[in-house]
Amino acid sequence: MTRGTELRNHQRDLYYFRVRLTVAGSVALSLFLVLLARFIYLQIIQHDHYQTLAEQNRISIVPIAPNRGLILDRNGVALAHNFTAFTLELTPSKLPHLEQTIDQLSTLIEITPKDRKRFKKLMEESHNFESLPIRTRLNDVEIARFAANRYRFPGVEIKARLFRHYPQGEITSHVVGYIGRINDADLERLDASGDLANYRGSDFIGRTGLEQSYEKALHGTAGFEEVETDASGRAVRTLSRTPPVSGDNLTLHLDLKLQQVAEKAFGNFRGALVAIDPKTGGVLAFVSKPGFDTNLFVDGIDSQNWDMLNNSPDKPLVNRAIHGQYPPGSTFKPFMALAGLELKKRAPDYAIYDPGYYSLPGSSHRYRDWKAGGHGYVDLHKSLVVSCDTYYYGLAVELGIDNIFNFISHFGFGKKTGIDIDGESTGVLPSVEWKMKRFKQKWYTGDTVSVGIGQGYDLATPLQLAVATATLADNGTQMRPHLVGQIQDAKTGVITPIPPEAVSTLPVKPENLAMVRSAMIDVMRPGGTAAHAGMGAPYAIAGKTGTAQVVGMKRGEKYVASQVEERHRDHALFIAYAPADDPKIAVAVLVENGGHGGSTAAPIARAVFDYYLLGKLPAGPVTTPAAEAAEHD
Amino acid sequence: MIRRIVLFLTQHVDGFLLAVLSLTMLLGLVVLYSATGEDMDRVLGQVVSIVVALSIMWAVANLPPQHMMRFAWPTYVLGLLLLVGVALFGEVSHGARRWLHIGVARIQPSELMKIAVPLMLAWYFEKRERGMRLSDFAVAAVMLLVPVALIAKQPDLGTALLIAASGFYVLFLAGIGWRVILSLTVLAAALAPVAWSLMHDYQQQRILTLFDPTQDPLGSGYHTIQSTIALGSGGLFGKGWLHGTQTHLDFLPERHTDFIFAVFGEEFGLFGVLGLMLLYLLIVARGLYIAANATTMFTRLLAGSITLTFGTYAFVNMGMVSGILPVVGVPLPLISFGGTSMVTLLLGFGILMSVATHRRLVKS
Repeated sequence: MTRGTELRNHQRDLYYFRVRLTVAGSVALSLFLVLLARFIYLQIIQHDHYQTLAEQNRISIVPIAPNRGLILDRNGVALAHNFTAFTLELTPSKLPHLEQTIDQLSTLIEITPKDRKRFKKLMEESHNFESLPIRTRLNDVEIARFAANRYRFPGVEIKARLFRHYPQGEITSHVVGYIGRINDADLERLDASGDLANYRGSDFIGRTGLEQSYEKALHGTAGFEEVETDASGRAVRTLSRTPPVSGDNLTLHLDLKLQQVAEKAFGNFRGALVAIDPKTGGVLAFVSKPGFDTNLFVDGIDSQNWDMLNNSPDKPLVNRAIHGQYPPGSTFKPFMALAGLELKKRAPDYAIYDPGYYSLPGSSHRYRDWKAGGHGYVDLHKSLVVSCDTYYYGLAVELGIDNIFNFISHFGFGKKTGIDIDGESTGVLPSVEWKMKRFKQKWYTGDTVSVGIGQGYDLATPLQLAVATATLADNGTQMRPHLVGQIQDAKTGVITPIPPEAVSTLPVKPENLAMVRSAMIDVMRPGGTAAHAGMGAPYAIAGKTGTAQVVGMKRGEKYVASQVEERHRDHALFIAYAPADDPKIAVAVLVENGGHGGSTAAPIARAVFDYYLLGKLPAGPVTTPAAEAAEHD
Repeated sequence: MIRRIVLFLTQHVDGFLLAVLSLTMLLGLVVLYSATGEDMDRVLGQVVSIVVALSIMWAVANLPPQHMMRFAWPTYVLGLLLLVGVALFGEVSHGARRWLHIGVARIQPSELMKIAVPLMLAWYFEKRERGMRLSDFAVAAVMLLVPVALIAKQPDLGTALLIAASGFYVLFLAGIGWRVILSLTVLAAALAPVAWSLMHDYQQQRILTLFDPTQDPLGSGYHTIQSTIALGSGGLFGKGWLHGTQTHLDFLPERHTDFIFAVFGEEFGLFGVLGLMLLYLLIVARGLYIAANATTMFTRLLAGSITLTFGTYAFVNMGMVSGILPVVGVPLPLISFGGTSMVTLLLGFGILMSVATHRRLVKS
């Protein structure tokens, strides 16, 4: 090989090398251009999208639950309020070994098997990523002990939470009701009504009573905090804050002291009492005995307490005042009497002879009067004062069921009163149509007879009786019963009273009303069925006693209270208003298995009147459950 | 006297290359300060690494290429032995056997191979300069594949592929036939399913999540999702230095090492990214220029391979951070935190400078 060819070879090698180098360089350049295209795509074309993603990464919206509105009695005494307590909370989704974590926690803070059970139930009802309390009301020592060990427990936190408390406990249980933890069914309902966003930070929702019916007003409006968080979800700083708006405060017509007086007057009896201001429909007292401690329900009731309440033969969870339906018995008679006068079937001085029973024309069946041997000659006045059954058997038949239904339904029997809590029963004011619908049977004249004395198909709730009594007191104007008197906007402090609402006005002749009233006044006087309860009252009471059979008596059998099992004894009823000439309060009392209305139900009404009209407390100290609760705490 | 000192210091330094490298590393320190959450200690640590690496670069630049040739096969053999040593006695960390304890130091022989492989292959082709045959390429291929296989086995797929690439560049520049390249490509495509079945689960997962990172948003897809969010939300001008939310709120993983490019893109935006790409392209262009003007087969191949490998590193890292390549553990050259890769890289540039400057001296 010559040196020349070698040089040429060298030149050729260099040439080929440079070609290859150019190819490689071009490939490298084009790959960089691919990258550039990718960067343009990410940083310009998709910039908005990724910007949003980065913001979502960074910013989380933390809802702030509003303070729930207070529920106060007419004098501003708290029936439901909030207090702050520290809770120990776990987020199950962040804890792979939940049981183990709880075991470890229980070495620092006392966690009872009851707490564990309740927590398990909570977990079943809620979502995994929620923070759920395992212990509430931690004390300072427990907080300090956990704080020192916090690093060992990621996913476990101590939080300050607002808790609902019902200081009056049992006494107001059926009025105020209670709240409970929001469950899946609630969420669905809230979602359907479009309220879900407002509940994002809330744990509780009204379940019964006013807590339920005024949920919207009490709940308030949730606030929001925009928080910058890091990848581990820890809040780094707050970007903006929209404060929550507290729920509205409710002030009731109800007078707690009056409620306590009524409650105490029941003694150990079960029953219900509703007191209404006849002019406004405002509910002054609302008792359903027995009650129950609503505080048990706030944070999820444990199964032991639940079973106890749910299986008790006393049925403390039933709101007797609006849900319980009882035969009104003789308390039905004043309304029948008014019907007789208004429809001109009876004149005040017209008297019948009562042999102690009533028989339909052409029938030998005897409808017995409560008094064997009868009351002799009985006019309208006497029929109410001695509560003569025979008088009303005949009157009912003469009026006929259609007239009875049309007239008496004006007083609110047989339909819901429209009070501002849920759970009302309609009661029964029977009619031809009703019987056909209910039993697919035609109406017999015999059915009408017992309707006249508030037995047979007649059923009314204590609230319906109270409303009817108030209507009678207010000269035939029926006001819608209302528990809440005014609503106060928590933010502005503006108070909006709820205006009284007349449901219907029955044009009745004043002299007919006066006739019935004077008879009802004499019920409370010597010779009347409630003379004992009316004794010594410095104001006039217009009342009527009643007795409702629980168990039917066989013909010829004699009812002797002491021989009948306690729960089979008659219910005692009493309706009244006072002062009779200028009614300020109308009341209906039902005492379950209380026997005769005059002896057990009427004294309760008297105690209520005495306190409401005179400010007089009954003998003996009234222990408030609030004081008892304080001792327990 | 001063002149002599200056001459001593600079005669084998490529001024242009040094300027661009320095600018890039300076930019790297700025980004690193942000990426480490303003941790000055880390940044100073990186400065120390850079100073050490620059010194090594300077020393290597002063070494004539002829001397380097003498190191070629001993370095290669040493590297190979160390790799075997790793396979037998290596220390396991993060599920991979990559480190070897030698007395007090802990070394990663695969780093050494990044230089040793192109050095060895360039030396081999220099020896076969007159009349290269297919068999020569076959021998070279074996010399390449043995260390690559050992590294892939550790397993360190990223490094193995990059070393394979650096070796392939030597073969390519040495003039391996286009037909051979084509048939090898076809063969590779045919063997891909086999390779797939040999891969570790996590390697398969990385490739799968490349195609759809949202499939495993909290697992292997998390890195890619968060880095693309960082880049995309940076937009045209970026969120500003120290103001990247993805970076400073911990959403970006490995943000001062393999994913530092996402920090850069988030805080400096597309303009910043363009600037960095320009710096990389300038370095590659300068390297190719040096290779094109090199006088011997050995220096040409070595310079060409080192330059192209450098470009590959940059491309692969930016590609994986922006979500078009699978996540393989490749740092962003000259910017990611870490002394080892800095030393290896600048050692390579030292070779380039030596090639560039000794050519002039030989001519004169």
